Amino acid sequence: MPDSPMTIPGVGLPAGVNDFAFKMGTVNGTGSASANTLLMQAIFRMGIPVSGKNVFPSNIQGLATWYEIRVSKDGHTARPANVDLVVALNTATYAKDVAAVRPGGFLLYDSSWPLDVALVREGITILGIPFGQMCVDNFEGDRNRTLLRNIVYVGSLAAMLEIDMGVIGELLREKFAKKKSVLDANFRAIQLGYDYAKQHYDCPLPFHLETMDATKDFILLDGNSACALGAVYAGATVGAWYPITPSTSLMEAYKEYCERFRIDPETKKRKYCLIQAEDELSAAGMVIGAGWAGARSFTSTAGPGISLMSEFIGLAYYTEIPGVFFDIQRTGPSTGMPTRTQQGDLLSIAYLSHGDTKHIVLFPANPEEGFYLAVQAFDLAERFQTPVFVVSDLDIGMNDWMCRRLRWDDAYRPDRGKVLSADELEKIQKFSRYADADGDGIAARSLPGVHAKGGYFTRGSGHDKHAAYTEDSADYQEVVDRLARKLVTAASAVPGPDMHVESQSRVADVGIVSIGGCHAAVMEAVERLRRNGLSVDYMRIRAFPFAPSVRAFVESHEGCFVVEQNRDGQLRSLIALETGLARDSMISILDYGGLPLTADRVVAGVMQQRNGAKAGPKLASLASG
Amino acid sequence: MTSITKPPVRHPSLPKNSLGLTKRDYEGAMSTLCAGCGHDSVTAALVQACWELELPPHRAAKMSGIGCSSKATAYFMKQSHGFNGVHGRMPSLATGANAANKELVFIGISGDGDSLSIGLGQLCHAIRRNVNVAYLLENNGVYGLTKGQFSASADVGSKSKRGEANVQPPIDPVLVALSLGASFVARSFSGDKAQLVPILKAAIRHNGFALIDIISPCVSFNDHDTSTKSYRYTRQKAHELAPVDFVPLRHEITADTGASNAVSVTMHDGSSVRFRRVASEYDPRDRDAAYLHVREHQARGEIVTGLLYIDESASDMHGVSGTIDGALVDIPFEELCPGSRALAELMDEYR
Repeated sequence: MPDSPMTIPGVGLPAGVNDFAFKMGTVNGTGSASANTLLMQAIFRMGIPVSGKNVFPSNIQGLATWYEIRVSKDGHTARPANVDLVVALNTATYAKDVAAVRPGGFLLYDSSWPLDVALVREGITILGIPFGQMCVDNFEGDRNRTLLRNIVYVGSLAAMLEIDMGVIGELLREKFAKKKSVLDANFRAIQLGYDYAKQHYDCPLPFHLETMDATKDFILLDGNSACALGAVYAGATVGAWYPITPSTSLMEAYKEYCERFRIDPETKKRKYCLIQAEDELSAAGMVIGAGWAGARSFTSTAGPGISLMSEFIGLAYYTEIPGVFFDIQRTGPSTGMPTRTQQGDLLSIAYLSHGDTKHIVLFPANPEEGFYLAVQAFDLAERFQTPVFVVSDLDIGMNDWMCRRLRWDDAYRPDRGKVLSADELEKIQKFSRYADADGDGIAARSLPGVHAKGGYFTRGSGHDKHAAYTEDSADYQEVVDRLARKLVTAASAVPGPDMHVESQSRVADVGIVSIGGCHAAVMEAVERLRRNGLSVDYMRIRAFPFAPSVRAFVESHEGCFVVEQNRDGQLRSLIALETGLARDSMISILDYGGLPLTADRVVAGVMQQRNGAKAGPKLASLASG
Repeated sequence: MTSITKPPVRHPSLPKNSLGLTKRDYEGAMSTLCAGCGHDSVTAALVQACWELELPPHRAAKMSGIGCSSKATAYFMKQSHGFNGVHGRMPSLATGANAANKELVFIGISGDGDSLSIGLGQLCHAIRRNVNVAYLLENNGVYGLTKGQFSASADVGSKSKRGEANVQPPIDPVLVALSLGASFVARSFSGDKAQLVPILKAAIRHNGFALIDIISPCVSFNDHDTSTKSYRYTRQKAHELAPVDFVPLRHEITADTGASNAVSVTMHDGSSVRFRRVASEYDPRDRDAAYLHVREHQARGEIVTGLLYIDESASDMHGVSGTIDGALVDIPFEELCPGSRALAELMDEYR
């Protein structure tokens, strides 16, 4: 009976005070991004938990773009499944925007242009405000009118949603402190929109804002900035990169932080070297060259760049050179959808390059964790003398997230791993670069320029434990077997999974495994499922190679759900490969259309399977089976 | 093979440099290249040059890619760190290593396959960045390790060992470097140690990217009568532009080689390179003239050798990017990490 009506807990809940979602449909390149940021910041400063998702095109000017804002008094930050209010400002997408309003919701459109009657929909409230015409009547110059139109709609939304006008004014004054004329124009625009809405409509709407005190210890930060800040705090001095969406802003943020924190006060010279490379191959080479010479070095890229770096990653793995590689995943394969999110690089990164290779990979769930894991990545890379990946995604990387204020322990000192000093080299009889003295799989290394006894030859060709060229089977195997041991050691040094179990003594009926940017949606789903009477345990994987607890969790939860954002269930396959558990013993819940995951998707996936199971014959898992 | 395994016995009469090191101390592992390979002569010239420059071996970094030439980094200065990376990508490794520690002396060794085909992009961009590395391109017109395919530097009409003629026009690294703004461009011949040693010394002392294209015949696959990269052909056609002397800073200049036809260029560290002019109009500081001169001689089937162009005023990568004096790797962590207070202030801005 697969067609029987299915209830999804939480879906269709009426929007209320401090609990709703709205989105703006605008045209790329018209200045709407700063207006949308202004809206989000204003809500945040009113003390109300808020999240924003920028759904933008791979384009500089002219294509459709949306910005979704979710207000949640309970602090949920996942992308909303339902939109209560759509602000339609792009005539090209009116049809889509009208359709996006949830039943009972509102559409606010620019009535300077008539709305096609064919688009009028039953069951929603349509409100028109002539934003464009108001700007023509009140402001001079085409560009100015286009830009201020965004501010006019902010004003109207302030009236309809009860955004604190004082806070908006404060934000505008901060932003345009040095531009009096711009500031004045913005204030006029805000007021125009506000007054029009107040005069023509019943304000506020049934769902609106009320000041809270829930964001005091929080900040709004994107993951790319957070990771870049982590690189600065970890002491990284060499960055090399090639521009690619959505990773570019990580390197740009690193540059900005360095210009602030890493300029010698006396000489005005830089305590960092940032190189825009000719391609990702070269960027990887520079990172590895710098790591070999003893610097903490890193790059930031996305899937296509990871593919290009693959050859160099094999070299760094085999020659045991540290480096940190941030992968801000986007929708693949190939160019794919560069401005949409996905978790499609999990399998390729775990074993990137040719030959037997395996890597340490960290998976932050949000910008806050991105900062801390970035720092840890540099420690792990040097301790294990190997490339370490921090795998984020477009949603984490480019959207502003509400997260706890980042903190720093001044007692932190970098873990540089086994690096021999000049004194240690002086005392040594003979330096053998790849000899494992203490059985942890990690050999001591020497840096160039330190001591004549430390000189050795780094080569990607077959080498023995003395770093000498070899084509001898036993000598070759001795080294690669040690590399395997090193990764075993790493499994207990990387961050273990983030466990959310109901009870330590009893295994819950439902087990959910997930990773990275899915976390916010899964946490919300878990809460809803539990409210609905299900007992649910949730494990979020934070690193590869997997800690032993990963296997234990999957094994103890029969029919464990694996939630991830790719078509083929890559995390599920990786768990099967690494733990030896059957792939079919886990059930995939997949979402790979390029948009951030919603809690509804996860709840529906779980309920669909459970209802099906109750019905008798076991249904195939969603999507890939 | 220049460096056969020798007993660690020091001959008391071997000359020593100011570091107390003999030339043997600048040698490396035994060469595995073919007997008579031009690359081994280049290695011997490097040993001589580094010994004469009194380089502390552990302060040098030897970088290479993949190919016969790239193997040569193992055959000299065994106390130095060496890095045999991946094919065609040595320039990026050298760039990164130099970014981290610019106090090291970087010697890059590559070949025509490594630099002009798979690695042409990286070579070009390392030149553009003016990375401080002496870049030796050991050029034999052929892929040796894969047994005799033409490389991108093979001349049109030059025949392979099997008699097949190359039909594609060659890429000339000297012209590429000149057009990309290289600050040091030279061409030499592995069989001319007298010319090569001072050029290598000047290249190592040059503060920026120094390209030395070295014709280095492949005895196994490209040294036959119909090849234009053979010993015989090169000896016949090489046309020395201007004999070079390298004068280290601390050596007093005693002999004047003739002021009227000499040009002296002061290097970054105060040492100097002096040219005795053969072509009376030639000025090694004139990029356009250098380009024209090379092209004119090529049209006559001649190979111009010597230090063709030098610009000591150009800033290297660090000069351009304004990096601090001294190596980045030597900055203490405390100076790199902004600390908790700065972070707290920063957090206030994200509200």
